[in-house]
Amino acid sequence: MSKRIDVSGLTAYYGAHKAIEDISMTIEPRTVTAFIGPSGCGKSTFLRTLNRMHEVTPGGRVEGKVLLDGEDLYGPGVDPVAVRRQVGMVFQRPNPFPTMSVFDNVAAGLRLNGVRKKSDLSDIVEKSLKGANLWNEVKDRLDKPGAGLSGGQQQRLCIARAIAVEPEVLLMDEPCSALDPISTLAVEDLIGELKERFTIVIVTHNMQQAARVSDRTAFFNLAGVGRPGRLIEIDDTERIFSNPSVQATEDYISGRFG
Amino acid sequence: MTTPAVTDRPAGALRGGRLPRWFPLAVVAASIVVAVAIGLGAGLHSTVQWGLIAALLAVGGTYAVAARVEGRRQARDRVATSLVWVCFLVAVIPLASLIWATLRRGVKVLDGYFLTHSMAGVADTEPGGGVYHALLGTLEQVGLATVIAVPVGVLTAVYLVEYGRGGLARAVTFFVDVMTGIPSIVAGLFVLSFWILILKMGYSGFAGSLALAILMMPVVVRSTEEMLKLVPRELREASLALGVPKWRTILKVVLPTSLGGIVTGVMLSIARVTGETAPVLLLVWGTNFINANPFSDPQASLPLFIYQQYANSAGAGAAYDRAWAAALTLIAFVMILNLVARGIARFTAPTTGR
Amino acid sequence: MQTSTQHTDPASTLTAPDRAAARPDARGVMRPGDRVFLGLSRGAGILLLVIMAAIAVFLTYRAVLAISKDDGNFLTTFEWNTGVLPAKFGIAVLAFGTLVSSVVAMALAVPVAVGIALFLTHYAPRRLAGPIAYVIDLLAAVPSIVYGLWGALVLVPHLNGLYGWLDTVLGWTGVLSWQGGAPRSLLTVGILLAIMILPIITNVSREVFRQVPRMHEEAALALGATRWEVVRMAVLPFGRSGVISASMLGLGRALGETMAVATVLSPTFDIQASLLDPGGGTFAQNIASKFNEATEFGQDALIASGLVLFVITLLVNGAARLIINRRSEYSGAHA
Repeated sequence: MSKRIDVSGLTAYYGAHKAIEDISMTIEPRTVTAFIGPSGCGKSTFLRTLNRMHEVTPGGRVEGKVLLDGEDLYGPGVDPVAVRRQVGMVFQRPNPFPTMSVFDNVAAGLRLNGVRKKSDLSDIVEKSLKGANLWNEVKDRLDKPGAGLSGGQQQRLCIARAIAVEPEVLLMDEPCSALDPISTLAVEDLIGELKERFTIVIVTHNMQQAARVSDRTAFFNLAGVGRPGRLIEIDDTERIFSNPSVQATEDYISGRFG
Repeated sequence: MTTPAVTDRPAGALRGGRLPRWFPLAVVAASIVVAVAIGLGAGLHSTVQWGLIAALLAVGGTYAVAARVEGRRQARDRVATSLVWVCFLVAVIPLASLIWATLRRGVKVLDGYFLTHSMAGVADTEPGGGVYHALLGTLEQVGLATVIAVPVGVLTAVYLVEYGRGGLARAVTFFVDVMTGIPSIVAGLFVLSFWILILKMGYSGFAGSLALAILMMPVVVRSTEEMLKLVPRELREASLALGVPKWRTILKVVLPTSLGGIVTGVMLSIARVTGETAPVLLLVWGTNFINANPFSDPQASLPLFIYQQYANSAGAGAAYDRAWAAALTLIAFVMILNLVARGIARFTAPTTGR
Repeated sequence: MQTSTQHTDPASTLTAPDRAAARPDARGVMRPGDRVFLGLSRGAGILLLVIMAAIAVFLTYRAVLAISKDDGNFLTTFEWNTGVLPAKFGIAVLAFGTLVSSVVAMALAVPVAVGIALFLTHYAPRRLAGPIAYVIDLLAAVPSIVYGLWGALVLVPHLNGLYGWLDTVLGWTGVLSWQGGAPRSLLTVGILLAIMILPIITNVSREVFRQVPRMHEEAALALGATRWEVVRMAVLPFGRSGVISASMLGLGRALGETMAVATVLSPTFDIQASLLDPGGGTFAQNIASKFNEATEFGQDALIASGLVLFVITLLVNGAARLIINRRSEYSGAHA
């Protein structure tokens, strides 16, 4: 159910602007990897190259390789739609489909993939909502609009929607930045449970959060003003927060960074 | 990208069958060839039919091939894409034909003589004559309509944005919206019933102006309102804080700031009513002679001239030529107004705080 | 065009505080200048309401004059005879023709307009989309009499082939049979009206589709949706009410269009069984064609039919506006 990601020599552009340059890393299956770094250093851009969402942005372009269990996402003949089916994503702001009910939101991805039978759908929807720790809160209002839930519930609904299609990898782009502390805690607990089944990559601005939820942490930084973002180092989270090998990482973590 | 048809696709594979990039073009080319062949073979004369057959073949062919190679979902996606393109092409053809026909047929008799002479002494079926009287009439009628509609429209917008609250403002807002949709012939009938049948004022350019003004007002209100709303609140407060009375603030600060946008809106509304034919037909009546006085006796007008040249000529080529030339004149006038208005809007946009 | 779409812009919801700040202090003393200015601007607003009311009152007054002397039933009579008394006239034929031509126009224009709007917002190469949208904006400004002239002299001759083909393939339905007359029928009117209202429906729909929040589209993409599935899941549901109101605005235009119908149709005062055979008429076309020869009484009768048209367009446009207003509240709450 979860796959390993090998990135090598990845560079991404917005039109003529180079956003990130020459990034290589390995992400092990069934781990949580956190991306940290200052704003604009390209962490989110890099995350979006992992399921080919970057090229959806006008002018977005990618060079390099991303291997998912050895198969290159950017290889010839690869269908980006199939990639996104295997690499799910949760966004910064909760984005349930406003015109759909709670049930239909979770079932949306399944219906795309041809699951039609009502009983199959209900089973998977229940399983996914339970997996997202949301079932008990919404089981009585599955037919109510998804947009009517609280922010934290909406975000867990989006997670349920993402895991319903059983992806190999789950990408999370600052999933808690729009949530209050209690909802944040709920989502963080959930991440801890989900890593049993999925490879998880999470972008966060919150260093405590990175320390709490992740096994490995990658630090990104700008090479300079107007220069592309780079991967400074990636290591076990414990090491990064106690004894990083690069001075810039330590400066950033200890708050000595501009 | 050019290796299609890998059909055995294991579950969870990233690589499905992918059609090459030139596939859509190939389908279109093939469809056109086949459609022409069918058209010639079956003796269909209309190119419209050829086009329809080609479009059907292209959409159907895309689905058949894509469903086989890429699967049903991708096939549906491709069909949707080709349908959207077909929609676009279907719409472009008549619109392009309209512009082309007007240009090609309009230039035949459109020259200096045409623009500076009236139809006095020229029978509808004879060649010669011109649109001077109609051009003059249109300019006077639209000018008068503007003089009536712009103050009312701008003041109403000022009321809605600066003072408006409560039931009256809501009612005005709603009815301005509804008024935008009044058919021009109804506006004409209203002025007819009120000005001509009840007040017995007789047909004149001014009666037409009244109807055109009714059609202009809601457009002016709407566009002015939008522009006034863009004026930053800080600007008003800064002026009020200096002790400037509200009415002077509106006149000296708010309106000048949004002047560019208001002028744009007014020009677009002028462009809209210039082409109105129905109210002019009912109220101005039309004439072949130059009548420079819009307040008494029938006048001519450009759109009305087009209609009468078309309708009263029993198919005479000379009249049709004049109709096309007048249509080209009218379109040129309207388009220039539009382009200039949009130019002003773009030029003055930064000062409105956008 | 711009004016009719701009107030769905979320930015317009920001005006409430503007207004609050700009209000005069109701309890304070008003300067004479302020009083005059307020009076003038409020007067202008009231004048607009008075005009609307006057339109209704005067049309009704003249219509009553005519209908009271109508020897037939105003709603069901299949005749328009106002030259000699006793006059006999009714709007049945006109109502039928107006309805049929507008329905044909909507059936053709709405899907195509939605397709073009999608093309411009989601399919066309960006470099192409901008200029095309601009051109469509300009086309909305082409006067209807020019559409009429083009329809009569260019479109009509091109439709013979299509009519013959429709007759061969679908003639058995009766509705689409053709006796070979010039194709100046209600179907042609519908086609021409469709072409005329295409720009406005396209423009409003495009505006709505452009406002679909990026995050909803990305949500669908991230689930592995194809482009069409993104459109179905995120774009169309969000834009539905906008497209409905755009269509109603287009319908309002089609119902009231005068000159294009008057130039293209060969009117008769009866109802043809087939859409392809020339004949029939619409409210606006009938007024324009009969006006020149009408007596004062005949003009009153035409005004009566115009009143019916006025009420119909009022209802259609009012409904469109209500939908738009409700929608902007909805999207404002989620902005």
